[in-house]
Amino acid sequence: MEDRIERRDQEWRKELRLKTKGRERTAIQRAEMPMMDPLERVHYQDREVNIGLDLNTAGQEATRCMDCVNPECVTGCPVNIDIPSFIKNIERGEILKAAGVLRETSALPAVCGRVCPQEKQCEAHCFYLNKLKKPAVAIGYLERFAADYEREHGVAEVPEIKKNGIKVAVIGSGPSSLSFAGSMIKKGYDVTVFEALHEIGGVLKYGIPEFRLPNNIVNSELENLKKLGVKFEKDFLVGRTSSFEDLKEEGYKGFFVASGAGLPSFMHIPGENFNGIMSSNEYLTRVNLMNAAKDEFDTPVFKGKRVVVVGGGNTAMDSVRTSKRLGADKSMIVYRRSMNEMPARLEEVKHAQDEGIEFNTLTNPVEYFADEKGHVSRVRVQKMELGKADASGRRRPVPIEGSEYDIDTDMVVVAVGVSPNPLVPSVLPNLKVSKRGTIEVNEETMQSSIPELFAGGDIVRGGATVILAMGDGRRAANGMDQYLTEKYGK
Amino acid sequence: MNEIIETGQFSEKVFKIVVSAPRIAKSRKPGHFIVLRTDENGERIPLTIADADVKQGTITLVVQKAGVSTTKLCNMKPGDKIADLVGPLGKATKIKKVGTILACGGGVGIAPLLPIVEGFKKVGNRVISVLAGRSKDLIILEDQIKKWSDEVVVMTDDGSYGHKGVVTVGAEEIIKREEINECIVIGPTVMMKFTALLTKKYNIPTQASLNTVMVDGTGMCGACRVSVGGKTRFTCIDGPEFDAHQVDFDELILRLGGYKEEEKRAYNAYLENQNK
Repeated sequence: MEDRIERRDQEWRKELRLKTKGRERTAIQRAEMPMMDPLERVHYQDREVNIGLDLNTAGQEATRCMDCVNPECVTGCPVNIDIPSFIKNIERGEILKAAGVLRETSALPAVCGRVCPQEKQCEAHCFYLNKLKKPAVAIGYLERFAADYEREHGVAEVPEIKKNGIKVAVIGSGPSSLSFAGSMIKKGYDVTVFEALHEIGGVLKYGIPEFRLPNNIVNSELENLKKLGVKFEKDFLVGRTSSFEDLKEEGYKGFFVASGAGLPSFMHIPGENFNGIMSSNEYLTRVNLMNAAKDEFDTPVFKGKRVVVVGGGNTAMDSVRTSKRLGADKSMIVYRRSMNEMPARLEEVKHAQDEGIEFNTLTNPVEYFADEKGHVSRVRVQKMELGKADASGRRRPVPIEGSEYDIDTDMVVVAVGVSPNPLVPSVLPNLKVSKRGTIEVNEETMQSSIPELFAGGDIVRGGATVILAMGDGRRAANGMDQYLTEKYGK
Repeated sequence: MNEIIETGQFSEKVFKIVVSAPRIAKSRKPGHFIVLRTDENGERIPLTIADADVKQGTITLVVQKAGVSTTKLCNMKPGDKIADLVGPLGKATKIKKVGTILACGGGVGIAPLLPIVEGFKKVGNRVISVLAGRSKDLIILEDQIKKWSDEVVVMTDDGSYGHKGVVTVGAEEIIKREEINECIVIGPTVMMKFTALLTKKYNIPTQASLNTVMVDGTGMCGACRVSVGGKTRFTCIDGPEFDAHQVDFDELILRLGGYKEEEKRAYNAYLENQNK
């Protein structure tokens, strides 16, 4: 891979910079993402809301990028994609080359282009935003465009890889694992990914709904990894199906644990175990992984008519929008802080509002009531006001005494966070874990207290984004490569 | 892997299925369960492991036909492949020498009780087993349980075999007769509830192995949550065995019925399709 600066000095890049004047570039308006009509899309669980840019619009958006000498956007990317280089390839019409640049550092560009919070990362550092006070270059839209174009038009190149024959095991098959697997296979390792569920992809499959991230996008990325030689074993729970010791005997020299923050949190308020109240993990898993909303599948799911979703994150938005698509008359968010503190992406909140989702902010459930069959019928909520900032820097919600009132409901989804999956730590007594149950690692190398075991993603962070998990996977691959090279030689 | 090696039938609705699963056969311990999906459209259902053969690389499941998924499974034949099978899941039974064990099994619950009875006997406990069912043909695995028990008492509701009466009648007679140090109970939720009430009266520490609704079975969804001592626990990773005196059985019974209407509708649709 050439150096980013060398690349910027290539003749075609110089010519391209001169071809269009800066003034002309900055005069172009930021592209808008075409999307399905809200009134139409609420009837389809499996149709993607965002449609994606066309070739023309993408070329025009790419022209906005100034190809800065010091591209700040790159510093905002957890996997350090050479952003100007891929964008300038789009501007000159070499879309497959643009996709190639993305692939150098990201195993899942079509996924990242869809679910990354670009507004908080690369785009937040854009010259347009910070110097011109104009909307940032739509880096996310362009990333998605290049990756989609490659999938639809290109034959992904399979690079020649010199194998070193060293076996490494990857535990979990979510974004962190896939990123790690992609990096390690290119370094020559013999990589096997172990997944406990019956589908590969982790949260990309069971969590994020089809209308935001279609499964065929994930599957196509998985196919790319398979072509590179990554092996996948589903229905396999490392530490249980076979122990770490068993796997070592089978020749595995390194382990990367990215088993995720699987455990859903509940609020522990009266009535929370009534039927019809479930975690967002349960709801989304039933619908996304088990296809419960489709008749030909055996798994059932409640199809509530008046649905309350508790929480303000992306998972809460995914749940509430899913309930609308499964036929709810009324779907509402109940969130204890205000709109300003919501952790969900702005785009998702906007999409939800357009779809007719009701937002009850500064409101918190305190008790549930059920009908004679034990099915939830009402939720008692309490109004909140914002006090002083807490550890997260957000203003703490404080209950207002005597402000309780009841909301009628027939289904509640609790989306108030998750904690680390305890399965792996529970079988490794020597593994250092924090009080919260996350695996402790060296932040540079992602190495844990067990030298041959590295970790990343939510099992280390406790609850973060797809792209941070992928960044961990990349760093862990470098860390483990160094460790194994020192130990076993090249 | 996941190939059905052998099938058998205990009664009209209760079947034995031996599946090839060499890794699970090697690593499972008494109390563990698996989650399986019969086919691509199937649901994930938890089933306790009744037995395993490490040499042959198989595990044995005992299944009662109840809804769509269990009927599909019971209709499978040797040579068929189960689409997905993962395990062993849950915490293993804490087996140690305590003195005298009272092991109560009801219906298909006798199957997961078998490896536990074997485990307690092998470490030197005196084991008294009480097996209960509605009628004679629902008493399963009696000979295997006998092999690892000092005494076996059989109870049937209709008196068609053994003594007439429910499990607690048989259990109480034994409790009155001799000192019991620990009790383990596996069976229908109502049966476990009343057994727990009985042993509480006599202050006998009691473990119940719960059977709940599950989706993933690895701690991810929380569908299996149950109140134990006023706290919410997950059956899949904190259980399946809990202190029976602390379990809120009434809540568990309500939660088990949560999808009853959907299940009934699906089962009727399935039967209609089969008859076409």
